[in-house]
Amino acid sequence: MFDLRDLYQQVIVDHNKSPRNFGKLDDCNHQADGYNPLCGDKLHIYLRINDAGTIEDVSFEGDGCAISVASASLMTDALKGKTVQESQIMFEQFQHMATSDLSESPDEKKLGKLAVLAGVREFPSRIKCATLCWHTLQAAINDAASPAKTE
Amino acid sequence: MMLNVENIRSQFPILQQQIYNKPLVYLDNAATTQKPQSVIDALCGYYTHDNANVHRGVHMLSERATAAYESARDKIRALINAASTREIVFTRGATEAINLVASSWGETNIGAGDEVLISEMEHHSDIVPWQMLCERNGAKLVVAPINDAGELMFDAFEAKLSERTRLVGMVHLSNALGTINPVSDIIAKAHAVGAKVLLDGAQAVAHLNIDVQALDCDFYVTSAHKMYGPTGIGVLYAKEALLESMPPYQGGGDMISMVTFEKTQYNDLPYKFEAGTPNIAGAIGFGAAVDWLCETGVELIAAHEQRLLVYATEEALKFEGLTLIGTAENKATVLSFTIDGVHPHDLGTILDREGVAIRAGHHCAMPVMQHFGLPATARASFAAYNTETEIDVLFAALKKAQEIFA
Repeated sequence: MFDLRDLYQQVIVDHNKSPRNFGKLDDCNHQADGYNPLCGDKLHIYLRINDAGTIEDVSFEGDGCAISVASASLMTDALKGKTVQESQIMFEQFQHMATSDLSESPDEKKLGKLAVLAGVREFPSRIKCATLCWHTLQAAINDAASPAKTE
Repeated sequence: MMLNVENIRSQFPILQQQIYNKPLVYLDNAATTQKPQSVIDALCGYYTHDNANVHRGVHMLSERATAAYESARDKIRALINAASTREIVFTRGATEAINLVASSWGETNIGAGDEVLISEMEHHSDIVPWQMLCERNGAKLVVAPINDAGELMFDAFEAKLSERTRLVGMVHLSNALGTINPVSDIIAKAHAVGAKVLLDGAQAVAHLNIDVQALDCDFYVTSAHKMYGPTGIGVLYAKEALLESMPPYQGGGDMISMVTFEKTQYNDLPYKFEAGTPNIAGAIGFGAAVDWLCETGVELIAAHEQRLLVYATEEALKFEGLTLIGTAENKATVLSFTIDGVHPHDLGTILDREGVAIRAGHHCAMPVMQHFGLPATARASFAAYNTETEIDVLFAALKKAQEIFA
């Protein structure tokens, strides 16, 4: 049986306590809201993407559980310097990890630090907490008019 | 006399299980209570022996089903001391009952310039139907504020009452805060300006004695599943004269006495408001839940839950980093709280692994969360089968959550 520590690994607890890239990004050129109506978790993602399609900077603001805050913190760290195209592959890999069968170990080579969130697979009601920031990222890249939802 | 909790627990088969190898501690009773064997047997017995449509057949099964369905109605009438079963309308739950009143009574009695007065502590089910009605008819939704203890500010409530107030919608026992509202005073003040009163008793009926005649309330609604009965069934109580004056809510079978393509004559009360084949099994299960409540004793249950609430509140006040949300002087059965540095949803997950089921979220009362400036709270809510030992397990699990986030 999975232990709570599989979900609340120290890295997650740390990122929740002191989230990276937290706050407004003044010179952003894309942004979007994300909302999980079930929990009331709210996120706002700021992006600065240059003409070459590279994410130069990214930050977030919001209010949510440890999983959603840590996931957004880890995501923003991982996205810096990546191209939009690369971010799409990361999104797919992350989603795959968060919903894959428990017998499949996360591909740490591809996922890097994001692999610490693999524990959500064991907690179905919490998968959306981990993926909300990624859906919000999509909304920001696409300049979506309405907030991203995990539904 | 004290409640024999061990005997009560033995009547709830669901409680005899383990969650992650730990005894289930079910403290999410404000969301829905568990069901005693007698209610499960009533549902099962109906489908096993008596299943037939009601009010139609001349055969034995239909007669049995009709008798059981109507006897459930009378049990509910007696529980809340309504004058007649003509005043007891079965609905899908409290939410549908409020929607019925908003649509049927509201459409005919609330128009442009009129006001509906509710409180800041209402459940979404006692906000949204009125909001929808007000938007349709150009009426105004007025909100009476609560104080930081989670109590209705009575003076402010009174100040918002006027001859424009057509209806007051008020929760009897708040699901998010546990506050018991002074409903007699509210009704007296509302009637003084000519307003009708709807009480949302979804939480109240399992914990308080209800006498709709003594209260003189116009509409009272509740759901069976929060009082040891099945989901999908509830009730609207309304004074007979009001129901007589109201147009039907939905059209269909059973709510008519004569149909031609030119005109339909509606059925008598309460059937005018029960279109279509009803939730027969649910109503019978509801009746069995009322029997269970009466046999066990609402007062004994209430006294037991009050002891649990006092004990849990004492433990909560000793618990470092815990803030109680909802500290009304007159409250019951609900312990809503936050813990510094641990989001309620993380608490919910961690407690679940200890076998403890609580609710984490906005409790379908987002304006209450907005009042306290919170996205969510954790909520433990008590029922007849809970014990002090379970409260100890709750606080030990909260300690564990704090350690994880230390």
